[in-house]
Amino acid sequence: MSTTTTEEEEAVTRETQETLLEVNDLKTYYEDGGFLSSNPVKAVDGVSFDIKRGETLGLVGESGCGKSTLGRTLMRLEEATAGEVKLNGTDITTLSGADLKQFRRDVQMVFQDPDSSLNERMTVGEIVREPLDVHEWKTPKERRQRVRDLLETVGLQEQHYYRYPHQFSGGQRQRIGIARALALEPDFIILDEPVSALDVSVQAKILNLLEDLQEEFGLTYLFIAHDLAVVRHICDRVAVMYLGNIMEIGPSDEMFEAPANPYTHALLSSIPEPDPTTARDRITLRGTPPSPRDPPAGCPFSTRCPVKIRPDEYRSLDDDVWQRIEVFREVLRERSRVEPSISDRVRELLGRETHESGMDEILEELFGNLDVPNTVMEHINEAAEYAENDDEEAGRTYLREEFGSVCDRERPSQLGVGDQGRLSLCHRHEDEYDEPATVFESLVH
Amino acid sequence: MSTDQSTKTRADAEPILSVENLRTAFYTDKEVIRAVDGVSFDIYRGETVGIVGESGSGKSVTARSIMRLIDSPGRIENGRIMFDGEDLIEKSPKQMRSIRGGSIAMVFQDPLTSLNPVYTVGNQIKEALRLHRGLSGSKATQEAIELLEAVGIPDANRRLREYPHQFSGGMRQRAVIAMALACDPELLICDEPTTALDVTIQAQILELLEELQEERDLAIMFITHDMGVIAEIADRVNVMYAGEIIENAPVVELFESPKHPYTQGLLNSIPGQGLGEDDRLSTIEGDVPTPNEDPTYCRFAPRCPKAFDQCDVVHPKPMSVGSDDTEHLAACLLYPEDISTDEAVAIHRDGNTQRGDN
Repeated sequence: MSTTTTEEEEAVTRETQETLLEVNDLKTYYEDGGFLSSNPVKAVDGVSFDIKRGETLGLVGESGCGKSTLGRTLMRLEEATAGEVKLNGTDITTLSGADLKQFRRDVQMVFQDPDSSLNERMTVGEIVREPLDVHEWKTPKERRQRVRDLLETVGLQEQHYYRYPHQFSGGQRQRIGIARALALEPDFIILDEPVSALDVSVQAKILNLLEDLQEEFGLTYLFIAHDLAVVRHICDRVAVMYLGNIMEIGPSDEMFEAPANPYTHALLSSIPEPDPTTARDRITLRGTPPSPRDPPAGCPFSTRCPVKIRPDEYRSLDDDVWQRIEVFREVLRERSRVEPSISDRVRELLGRETHESGMDEILEELFGNLDVPNTVMEHINEAAEYAENDDEEAGRTYLREEFGSVCDRERPSQLGVGDQGRLSLCHRHEDEYDEPATVFESLVH
Repeated sequence: MSTDQSTKTRADAEPILSVENLRTAFYTDKEVIRAVDGVSFDIYRGETVGIVGESGSGKSVTARSIMRLIDSPGRIENGRIMFDGEDLIEKSPKQMRSIRGGSIAMVFQDPLTSLNPVYTVGNQIKEALRLHRGLSGSKATQEAIELLEAVGIPDANRRLREYPHQFSGGMRQRAVIAMALACDPELLICDEPTTALDVTIQAQILELLEELQEERDLAIMFITHDMGVIAEIADRVNVMYAGEIIENAPVVELFESPKHPYTQGLLNSIPGQGLGEDDRLSTIEGDVPTPNEDPTYCRFAPRCPKAFDQCDVVHPKPMSVGSDDTEHLAACLLYPEDISTDEAVAIHRDGNTQRGDN
């Protein structure tokens, strides 16, 4: 535990540090453009952040949140749809030819799976030497010596040069991947889940190695991971991603101790602590993230947020009823996503089974054992009627208009929280609403 | 899920599953690998027993041995697996088929590979209902809907007609659990059921398992490599290393005072736990060995910071860590800790000769 003064000092030094990477409103869409695909997958949907030289930025989030796509876009392995990525002041999204090749020397990547990121037919020496060969680094003799030095740097032995990857354990293979990334003396390394496939005791060794290397070579890391304990250990700052957006970004200690964004809060509370005696006031999130092809119109997290802002007239509504309404909205969203199968259509044509029966059952299941106010039930029935007539879209719109709030309508902007430059994407940081932490407090107790 | 409760049920009941000295070996051209080597543990009704260990420690082979899912070149060589008073090892393949998925069900790590992609989810649940409970037609459909609702899948009626690829990862695992519950099992074996899932989804599944256990008085055997998950779900924990259970204790005790040097090392290497000098993670030197010979020594000795001469010649057997503590066992020559090390070594050595007679 560092004292406040050193934290302040850190914050001050961060101001004066040189910015290595600057990302502005970056978007990466898949299947964008063209006549047929007007509805692209919005994998990265407008993120901005910067990384100082020598810093480690953690990028966390659930699978499918766009963290790997973001990493790959920074490497120019995916084309950015919009926005800019500046490395040392140059926008790299438009580089080509010799400039691009030079850029690729400065930025390297270590991949998650050490099984599939190493070519089984090449010896370890050839694997590590390949980047040197591609970029025609010095003479072949010097390259071989460089590879031997690198193997030693990452904790392998010189005689491993002529062995094949299958002769190594998972941890050792990851060391080979790291040696390859170091070969061209990059400034910036993107680590895409480098320890996820490893056992804890091996993981600890690799994390120690990464820290040593950073100190020795003055490296800057972007550390992509889903294991938050690892991220907290190794990162100076953390960015939390959800559905292509950065929900919260800031110094890691501060964020882990007092998460500001509702998503960060829920994510942290869902990590099982390796201590059976901890009192648990867990917030378990409902459902799964929505499809990045059809993200919510307002806040990306609005479909699952436990502390979503309610419209004034429903503020005193029972929590259980409110939750069931959210589940009902999710059911409709799921239904509108799925195309009815041919057998469903035939069944319907024959009048054997209609959606009608399904709707009644759902309403019974969701609201049957609850005391729902009549006005609320009327609105729900109205929406259910739309859905029965196969117009889930209209039902969704109806519910959104009736039960939706600013969270469903407007995209929040990143607002400052804390005093160390932390940013969080949530309407609740506006003065007129209660802070997320306050609302969580009342939910748990 | 308190430990008091677990000790209470333990005292006045028969275990639902009792594994005694189980040994499962795989025969390769080069060597015989004793993936599970002399493992013993009990599971009682309504409790969750966790098995933790690194990859290759024999966790999954233990589970598969209980289900009798070991294929050539593997073989169960020794031991007894008493389930409800009967030895599963002596069952015929046909008898085993009705037990699997009947009174013992299993949930695997990857829900996508345990579901058949060309059948609807409903179809697969109904198959289990038909085989084990003889239900068919609208009765089976009704039962399947109830099962899906029980595991928290909304809009179950329509979901039954969907294919596995139309489900999200968490929903798939819920469907697999629904299938496992179809025949009201007494024991549920979960082999890393949340490893492939995100933390928020993992939290949902763990919560679901706890609810189901309470409702149905299920015994759960939970295999994982994640110490956090174990701390949360298990009542008792077995720590495996190189085919052997090296420590067995109630969960709170294991995390509060781990006794075996391996368990201590494992817990210390988790980020955010005990940090070594200058903020570095503590590590365990070396790699997990392959258990390929009769243990006449401690398999952890080459990596153990506390190893002494005797560790290379005496095989430690699971023993109470202190004479008044029968709930906490460790297989290490340093224990029982209330007698001198020489005496302890002698006890372990004599234990070995006894075992050699089997």
